Amino acid sequence: MKDNPFSLWVYLSQSPLLWLTVTLLTYTIADAVSLKTQRHPLANPVLHSMWIIGAFLLITGTSYTSYFAGAQFVHFLLGPATVALAVPLYENRKVVATAIVPMLVALAAGSVTAVASVVWLAEATGLPRAVVLSLAPKSVTAGVAMGISESLHADPSLTAVAVILTGIMGAIIVTPLMNRLGINDFRARGFAVGIAAHGIGTARAFQVDAVAGVFAGIAMGLNALVTSLLVPLVVTLLLR
Amino acid sequence: MIASLSLILLCQLAGEVLVRGLALPMPGPVIGLIFLLLLLLGRDRFPGLARGPLRGAGVETASRGLLANLSLLFVPAGVGVVQKLDLVAEHGAAFIAVLAISVLVTLLVTVATFLVASRLLARGSEQP
Repeated sequence: MKDNPFSLWVYLSQSPLLWLTVTLLTYTIADAVSLKTQRHPLANPVLHSMWIIGAFLLITGTSYTSYFAGAQFVHFLLGPATVALAVPLYENRKVVATAIVPMLVALAAGSVTAVASVVWLAEATGLPRAVVLSLAPKSVTAGVAMGISESLHADPSLTAVAVILTGIMGAIIVTPLMNRLGINDFRARGFAVGIAAHGIGTARAFQVDAVAGVFAGIAMGLNALVTSLLVPLVVTLLLR
Repeated sequence: MIASLSLILLCQLAGEVLVRGLALPMPGPVIGLIFLLLLLLGRDRFPGLARGPLRGAGVETASRGLLANLSLLFVPAGVGVVQKLDLVAEHGAAFIAVLAISVLVTLLVTVATFLVASRLLARGSEQP
């Protein structure tokens, strides 16, 4: 082993153990920094973990497939975490029940805005049609967005990029934006970030306030439903 | 903890089965969420349900643990994006700018609609 450290690397870089460890370790550090800065929006742990690990993979010439063999165990938990949203929803059911009407109105306005604004802006800046279509579902959670993108014959991997970038931007701007506007209704703040920035926004909302997290989770779920019906409609209306 | 995780997975599994079986246009975990919510609500009405992970705060603790680290779960997908930044570079700054403006506008419209609707509702219920 001593005379050939390279063979050890070759072995480890192909094993899930290394990449799972790298993912958890990098996140632990990024999250500790985020806590240290009182959850400063720019210290977003997803943002910093992803570029650090991304750069590490690039430097070591590791393929995403080998990385994902380890990281899939973390990725898998997205499903159970969605189910787990039932618990804060149950605990805050009284607050939620009194806000059904504002939620439905904001859902309608928000999901239309999310899809129409991106389609209109992308058309106006002269992005190619295939890119415009790939951007349309960017405010919903990645799995659903990629499905919508596929059904439009757009590019699902470009959609995934747009979804993640949208989530991170939303998670970064929501707190300073709402604070500057003096909005301290955490139901409204959470709901807005869940509509605009899906799960990454919801994760941010849970960092700030439990009620905001619950409303973000509801918004994310409802938006996934509405957007899959809405995107084909907006696309036919706006792209004539 | 294992029993609580099993219950969560069981809800997700039931959700996936229902979604696949009936070809529903929604993700399986969302149906799983509804199942878990129904179990929690059912527990209040039928004390017989309060056993295993539904007794005490078993499933609650496991769920809170998962949600406390929700950010972590997006890291693998996020790393995939770093690998595809050439796709973004191809379309330049317009791509990022369009997304940023759209997020900002969506946040503002949603929060404003929510606040206006809840204020109108409150006023309506004050003056019957």
